[in-house]
Amino acid sequence: MTERTRVPLHRDPKFRALIIQVLALGLVVYGFYSLFQTTVDNLVARGIQTGTSFFDEVAPFQIGFSPFFDYKLGESTYIDVFFVGIQNTILVAVLGIVAATILGFFIGVIRLSPNWLISRGALAYIEIFRNVPLLLQIMFWNFAIFLPSLPAPKNSIELGAFYLNARGFHTPLPVIENSTGFGIWIALLAILCLGLVVFAKRAKARFEETGQQLPVGLISLATIVGGGYILYLIAGSPLIFDEPVLGRFNFKGGGQLPLPLFSLWFALTLYTAAFIAENVRAGIQSVSHGQNEAAHALGLSRKDTVRLVTIPQALRVIIPPTISQYLNLTKNSSLAVAVGYEELVAVWAGITLNQTGQALVIIGMTVAVYECLSLFTSFVLNWYNKRIQLTER
Amino acid sequence: MKLSAKIATTLAASAVAVAQVASAGTLDDVKARGELKCGVSGGVPGFSAPDDAGRMQGIDAAVCDAIAAAVLGDASKVTFIPLTAKERFTALASGEVDVLSRNTTHTLTREASLGLNFTYYNYIDGQGFMVMKDSGIKSTLELDGASICVQAGTTTELNMADYFRNNNMSFTPVGYETSTQTREGFEGGACDVLTSDKSQLAALSTEMKVGPEGVTILPETISKEPLGPVVRQGDDQWMDIVAMTLYALINAEELGITSSNIDSLKANPGNPNIARLVGTEGNMGELLGLGADWSYNAIKQVGNYGEIYERTVAKIGIPRAGSVNDLWTRGGILYAPPIR
Repeated sequence: MTERTRVPLHRDPKFRALIIQVLALGLVVYGFYSLFQTTVDNLVARGIQTGTSFFDEVAPFQIGFSPFFDYKLGESTYIDVFFVGIQNTILVAVLGIVAATILGFFIGVIRLSPNWLISRGALAYIEIFRNVPLLLQIMFWNFAIFLPSLPAPKNSIELGAFYLNARGFHTPLPVIENSTGFGIWIALLAILCLGLVVFAKRAKARFEETGQQLPVGLISLATIVGGGYILYLIAGSPLIFDEPVLGRFNFKGGGQLPLPLFSLWFALTLYTAAFIAENVRAGIQSVSHGQNEAAHALGLSRKDTVRLVTIPQALRVIIPPTISQYLNLTKNSSLAVAVGYEELVAVWAGITLNQTGQALVIIGMTVAVYECLSLFTSFVLNWYNKRIQLTER
Repeated sequence: MKLSAKIATTLAASAVAVAQVASAGTLDDVKARGELKCGVSGGVPGFSAPDDAGRMQGIDAAVCDAIAAAVLGDASKVTFIPLTAKERFTALASGEVDVLSRNTTHTLTREASLGLNFTYYNYIDGQGFMVMKDSGIKSTLELDGASICVQAGTTTELNMADYFRNNNMSFTPVGYETSTQTREGFEGGACDVLTSDKSQLAALSTEMKVGPEGVTILPETISKEPLGPVVRQGDDQWMDIVAMTLYALINAEELGITSSNIDSLKANPGNPNIARLVGTEGNMGELLGLGADWSYNAIKQVGNYGEIYERTVAKIGIPRAGSVNDLWTRGGILYAPPIR
């Protein structure tokens, strides 16, 4: 046994590293603190009032689009405006992420098509939409394409009970007429779903035992749609449809997808899909060709090869860069103000900021919201990513 | 570690720098720079919009020209900085501009809570509504349920909300960032109505494809919009200079001094009021911290208020005679304190 020589404290690298880190951290904290303090002092010196007391004041302006919150002019407060803004940001982000994923996946796959025309078409799409600034695209679709080409409300394009005009897309909206009947319908649907789960388990057990496969997905879909409709009739048709009716200026009633939301959604989708398509292409190309050959040798069909061999391996490469595209899409939605969509930056960091002048508080809260949304998105996708990663044994 | 320490030092240093900027006098800054930084809208004909040569023209821009002439002796020494409605107050408070001359309405909230001072008014406006002529609408009271294009974050938006609430009418706002976008939205059919100050409506209608004949500006005026240059709070000398320059332009018109006759009047003023304004009598400039020819330069190079109005706002089709923007001696409410 050799005795450990005692190193004097000031020579202990661990201890020194700790001290330096603490000092550096202290300096950074002090830097931020003095920045904050100077700002507050300057605000006070210039007579600019700051604080959160304006939250409960009644907001003196109207908000046109708030699908889930009830915004009422003269009653809703500034903090309601904040939540309406978050709601509209999340709405366009979710819509955009879903659509961009589907479109991006599709473009990414056809980019690898052996057909020259199709793969070059996909390439052209990617290069055009990836390289034109997003703000320009948003304004282009809204001001140069949709607004001039869509008719005024009086001459709306009719598609059954759906109407399309320069104000947006108007749809009938289901409204619960008979709540008991609606409850019964939901209960029956739940039983149906339970039945399908049992059926899927049985089918899987059978597959493992005999190797015989049933088209479970197709059967389930057909049962849900067909059975759901029959059950709806059994429950006594508990819904009525609130149809949009042309008023003096525009359609009233029903649901509405306003044109600014549509333009923004459209532009965000096309733009982000171009990036996702490249991720998808990279992911698919990263799976070595030998994997496909092995799958064929095992007798897997082309469809099963893609589903069971290529995609699961490609996803490991696709997911991480796609997470950042989702985050970008969410943050890019703040360009909405150019077309008049009422999301967080427009109504909170825009209108509210200008009407109250509370720049510090408002910008701070806006930053916090985007930070939270981004962290939440990464958290969910990182969890998913971990699940599909290769489990090494 | 070294880097983060560096960042901390930089941050601390910049914080100190911010504190120092706040205390300097605007007049000294402008003189030292040899140039006036003026915040304008930059897209409203008649108020501030670039001409063919790229020079900012309009009644708001002219105020800045006059200030530059008074302070620096040269009306061309102005850098115009176009600002959106949202950016304007922050730009002024942070020192990005020396004066904000951007059709900005004077209200209590702005005066009291934003660290700003309003000086006087270079244009007195009121909010109105514009519709397409073929809609057949004759009054704002017929607008229940309409979609209305508006510039987001303005007093316009608030007046409109108040007006519709007062009259128990509903509306859907379509808020854009700039007044150009509100016009594009209105032309494209994103809304039924465009609302803004009436002068802006007139200005925007000249830029529309259908032209001013294709639209109707509804007769109702729903608000008071006194527009004028704004300065930072806490620099009284600078505030006086901006206000007095504007007063000088108005007084010049009242006394019949124009850019063309000012030289002969300077040689032979006669009236002591004129003598004080052209700088041959009294020490008006010195009291403000400027040269004796401050008002002479402003009037000579930019013209009196009437001349400015005729070449800017009158051009977009808003006649002045008998309106609120006429002199108090002619039935308007433009009334400037005496320069003495």
